[in-house]
Order: sequence, then C-alpha cells, then structure tokens
Amino acid sequence: MTIFEYAPAPETTRANVRKEYGLFIDGKWMAPASGRYFETVNPATEEVLAKVGHGDATDVDRAVRAARRAYEKYWRKMKPAERAKYLYRISRTLVERSRELAVLETMDGGKPVKESRDFDVPMSAAHFFYYAGWADKLEYAMRAGETPRPVGVAGQIVPWNFPLLMAAWKIAPALACGNTVVLKPAETTPLTALALAQIIEEADLPPGTVNVVTGDDTTGAALVEHEEVDKIAFTGSTEVGKRIARTTAGTRKRLTLELGGKAAHILFSDAPLDQAIEGVVNGIYFNQGHVCCAGSRLLVQESIHDEVVVRLTERIQTLRLGDPLDKNTDIGAINSKSQRDKILDLVRSGIDEGATLVQQACQIPERGYYFPASFFTGVQQSHRIAREEIFGPVLSVLTFRTADEAVEKANNTPYGLSAGVWTDKGSKNMYIAQRLKAGVVWCNTFNLFDPSSPFGGYRESGFGREGGVHGLKEYLAC
Amino acid sequence: MSVDAVTLETRANSLATRSIKTSAKVAGIHLAIRCMDLTSLEGKDSVGRVRSLCAKAARPAPGVPSVAAVCVYPSLVSAAKEALRGTLVRVASVATAFPSGLAPLDVKLADTRDAIEAGADEIDMVIDRGAFLAGDEQRVFDDIVAVKRVCANVRLKVILESGELGGYDDVRRAADLALDAGADFIKTSTGKAGTNATFPVAVTMCEAIREHARRTGRRAGLKIAGGVKTTKTALTYLVIVKEILGDGWLTPQYLRIGASSLLDDLLMQLEKEQTGAYAGLDYFPKD
Repeated sequence: MTIFEYAPAPETTRANVRKEYGLFIDGKWMAPASGRYFETVNPATEEVLAKVGHGDATDVDRAVRAARRAYEKYWRKMKPAERAKYLYRISRTLVERSRELAVLETMDGGKPVKESRDFDVPMSAAHFFYYAGWADKLEYAMRAGETPRPVGVAGQIVPWNFPLLMAAWKIAPALACGNTVVLKPAETTPLTALALAQIIEEADLPPGTVNVVTGDDTTGAALVEHEEVDKIAFTGSTEVGKRIARTTAGTRKRLTLELGGKAAHILFSDAPLDQAIEGVVNGIYFNQGHVCCAGSRLLVQESIHDEVVVRLTERIQTLRLGDPLDKNTDIGAINSKSQRDKILDLVRSGIDEGATLVQQACQIPERGYYFPASFFTGVQQSHRIAREEIFGPVLSVLTFRTADEAVEKANNTPYGLSAGVWTDKGSKNMYIAQRLKAGVVWCNTFNLFDPSSPFGGYRESGFGREGGVHGLKEYLAC
Repeated sequence: MSVDAVTLETRANSLATRSIKTSAKVAGIHLAIRCMDLTSLEGKDSVGRVRSLCAKAARPAPGVPSVAAVCVYPSLVSAAKEALRGTLVRVASVATAFPSGLAPLDVKLADTRDAIEAGADEIDMVIDRGAFLAGDEQRVFDDIVAVKRVCANVRLKVILESGELGGYDDVRRAADLALDAGADFIKTSTGKAGTNATFPVAVTMCEAIREHARRTGRRAGLKIAGGVKTTKTALTYLVIVKEILGDGWLTPQYLRIGASSLLDDLLMQLEKEQTGAYAGLDYFPKD
C-alpha cells in the first residue's frame, strides 16, 4: 500500500541573480565610492548569492543630491495624474514578474515561497496600485482648505523581514505625494529592493526619483544625518529607532518609526477554538516569527489553558519545516546566523527562568539556519521571553482569569504595535479592543493586511502610520 | 463549538494550495480510488446500469485497486450485491427517504430495513434538515439513534446536507450531534442540493471528528460527496483529512469519497503520470 506523503515540490521558476550589484543613483547603476562590496547569503543554504555595493556617506550624499534635483526639476512639478501612471506601471510590472520576485525574496531572506508568492509580492503590488489611485486625489486626504504639498526628499530605511513589501509600503505613498526617495535596504536582504530598482528603471521614472543605496547601519546613519533629507521613515528595531529619534531631534526632519513589538494574543474560553488555534499559529509562525506585529504572547483564559496546549502541541507537529523554495514548506529558514543566535539565547533564558519548552519534532536541514516551531508554557510576566521581542518562531503562553486581567497583562509591555482577541462575543471583543494599547487590534483574526488599512504603533513601537489615507499624511506638508 | 468563517476559509484555502506532484499524486490517486463510493443515484438507474457500474468498481483499470463500495438506491441493492459477489467491493445504499429525509420515522426505518435485507453493507441516511433548522435537534438525534439501532453492525453514514444548513456553525453542530448519536461516518452532502461539499465544510467536519475522537476515544469516518469531479479537488480533500485528522484516517475504513465521474478523471491523471501524456477520453469506459 502506498502512503500519501507529499513529494518534493520545488518552485521551478528561476530568479535572475546578478553576480554583483552596484548602487542605483540618479537613474544609473554605479559602483560604491569606496569600491567595497559585501556578500548576501541564502540563509537556507549558507551559499553566497551575490556581491552588493557597500554605500557610504559619499554615496548617500550623491543619492540625496540626485533625489533633490529630481524633486525640484521633475517630480514635484509633474501633474499628479502623470505620477499615478508611473506608479501603475511599477505595480503592473510587479504583478508580471511576481513569481520571479517571490523566488528571489525567498532565496535572499529564507521565507517560504508560499508566503512570498501569496503575501509579500501581491501585497507589494497592491500598495503601488492603491497609492497610484491617490496621486491625483490628495486634496481629499486633507482637511478642508488645506492644499496638499510634498515634503521633499524622503530617506527610507527598511528591515529584512519583508524586504520588498516594506520598500513598497514606503516608496509608493512617498511618490504618490510628490516626494523623491533614497531607500536603504537591509544588509541581509538587499536583492528584491535592487530588483525593484530595476523595475523602476524600466518604468522610466525621471532619474533620481528613486535611489537605492545598499549597505549596513553606517549607511543608514549617513542617510539619517544628511542635511538635505526632509523626512526619515524607518522600520526596524526599537534600539535603532531610539537612536534615530535622538539624531533627528532638533532638526527640521520629519520622522516616522515602525519598531518592535511583543503583541498579546488573547484567547477567551468562548472563542471559536479551532480557528483561534489557526490564528495563534499564523500569529507567531508566519515568516518564522520575523514579524514586528507577531502575536508572541498568548494570553489564554485559565479554564481552557490545558486544552489549548494540547491542541497547539498537536498542530505544530503538522507544520512542514525545510527548504523555503518547496511550495509545501510552512516554516523556512531563519534570516541570518546572528538572528538564530539571538533566538537561541532567548530560548535558553526561557528554560533557565523555569518555563517549559514545547517544540515540533522534525528533521532540521544540515545546512542553513533553522529553528523549529516552539512555544513555552508556564511563562511569567517577569520572564525575558515574556518581555523581550524574540523575532523568531517562539511563543510564550501565559494565563488570565478575567477580561480586566487580560487587558492589564496585555498592556504591561513597553511596546504597543498590535494585539489580537478571540471571543465569539462581539461586545466583549469591542470592550477589550478599546482598552488595548496597540496600534492594530485584530478581532477573531490575525495578521490581516490591506493597503487601505493604516498600520503602526505607539509607545516604544513607534509613531506614524503606513497604509491607507493615514499613510499619505506622513508624506504631505500643508 | 462555534466556528469563525473568515479564518476557517483562510485555512481551507491554504490547504488547497498544497502542491501534490509526482509520487504524491500517484499515491493520492490510488488512495482516492480505494476510498471511493462509486455512486449512481438517478431516477433512471436500472439493473443493467448497476451491473456495469459494479464491473467498473471491481476493476477500474489494470493495475488499479478496486473502489471501496458502490452506492445505489435500495431497490438496486440486490442487483449490485449479485454483480459484486466474490469481490471486496461493498454495497452501500441510501435510505431514510433520500434525499429529503421528509418521511415519518417508521417509513425511514422500513426503508433502512429493506436495504439491509437486500444485502446492503452500509447505509447512507439523511438528517431531517427541516427539523434541524426549526430547532428540533432532539428529533434529528432520535432519528439517527433509531436508524442506528436498525443498522446494528451495518455501517451508518449520516448525511448532514451542509448546503441546506445555515452556515458553518450549523454544520459543526449537526456534525457533533450525528457523532454523539452514533454515526459511523458523517457525510457532507446528498449531491442533490444546490451546494455540495466544500473545502471549509470538510475542514469543519474533520475538526468535529477529531474532537469527538479526543473526547470519546471513538474514531468516526468522513465521507465527502457531491460535486467532486476532478483529481485536483479529490487530492485537496485528501490533504485536508491528512493534515487535520492525520494519516490514520487515510483508509477506506475512515474516509470515503462519493462520486461518479471522478473515477474517469483519476484514471486519466494516473495514466498521464505514468506515460507523460494525456490519453483521449474514449480510452476510459464511460460507465
């Protein structure tokens, strides 16, 4: 008798990876001023994918000047409907090349191709489509009597967890509003941003409208410190966010920050439990938990704690960990060695502090950086794993008894990016949602995104909103 | 247990994206055939038609396993039994005033008794959706218990007819009720309603079966029926059962797919996997 097991289902589309990438400045590809390059690695195989230009302060200066020229000469003066045409062109190309971009994203970052194919790339295109539609309707984003004006040159720094999508989130509204851009992609995942630069080049945007300068944190710092930058938009760690806030304080630079989180995912005993378990799994294991809004603290009503633990233990066994390019993979590679080390460190602290670790039993590939789906029970509010962002596939399970206790525990964190609530009772959902200190509260769902819906946090998760009409305001002066 | 439609449908859709290729596809096709209730439930069914259905059920193609059962109306059970003598293929019969279930209980029981006396190995009954929707769940429960008593050791599949219920919450409640009443299998649809089996409904019923097993230790089966015409759809149902209930349910003892034309598509896809090319439709006997 044959057993029904999934055969390998590797994605067969090939991504065209160049051996070496320069910087995209003023509509041209150029070598970094220093002549230095760094390697970007496929975290699933530890193989070097390409050499990428290491931009320094000189390159950043070139890029910012190019962006300034493009802003004054073309982009701010262009008819809004014309700007929209360029944005539509970019979104259409993203759709046309979606499979190739998905493969590239997966190779460079380690996320399952299922996710890059079904989430990252279509959502990136959706953001360009959405903001293209706004370009000639900006006065409707303003209060009566206000005239929409662009801010100028935007310096944008994006993280490694959703490299293409975060670039799209930032570039699309900036361009729609008439700003020009210097983008600094994350050091470990520059390739899709560079592919986006190629698409922008093919779309024939005026030179300098979008510039991409790859590099490390010193490159980002040079961008933040540049005098000619009018606005900084940063997505990344709270630590770096704080540094940027200090640097820009007292300057004329506008700033938006989208930082870390330690989201509470609250499960009441009257929740639709089968779906709630799926929500919890999606909340923490989506993209290996490399998600700033991940539901990393599960607050379970005490009466259903044991049942939830049993179900969750069973459910994580069915997650398929392995080659991210396999279409049936649910959990891919951890983005980098240093990130895996950080996860290991926090998991060790959880064990040392007395929590109980539950993990999926699975074969870990010999090469590459992997970490199995995991959760801790018996977690106390004081444990590091309940307070610090792990940014990996590791969930901390805590309990509560009453709704007010759930709210108190949920809010007992310096962060405030997202939260989730599961209950079949609408009034309870509303009661809790109103009291949660989080920028996004998902009721009976999790990790649901749409370009028309604003996203962002408060407290140490940052400020400013991306997406929706709110996302426009960050790029408009009046 | 309440059901949330948004996340349920997301989960079902994500299972439908599983990529089943090469060896997995061949194994899946074999499994789908072994778990098939090859069905003919038309008003114009005849003894001759049932005989040819049985011939195909017993030996769908060279090197291919026989199906699990044929499913016919009670009056054709004896013909099917006769035609399948000496094979491992079982005979299932719909009963209890199929497809509506709107008959007095004694008529339903007599219907069931007749089918069993004619030799049926399995009974597919329908629940009284009218009573269920009117809130008279006790009557639905009692009907199932009464039919089960008549069935004794004959396997009882209880059709929920999910397309006529008021949503996923109803499907889950009806599934729980049928399982508690002693159903050996719960089955999605009659194939006679506007909406047949769907992926989210199958997910919901799998979850009910899983929780029933956890609660009582008793394993019940799932039968998908109605509108399953393509290999791709059948394979997705196998994926759903595999990932929600586990490999232990991937046997004809716990899983059935009720279908008619599906068998031809499975055979055609199997041939394609083996030869690399699609054969013409006329290479597969139509009935």
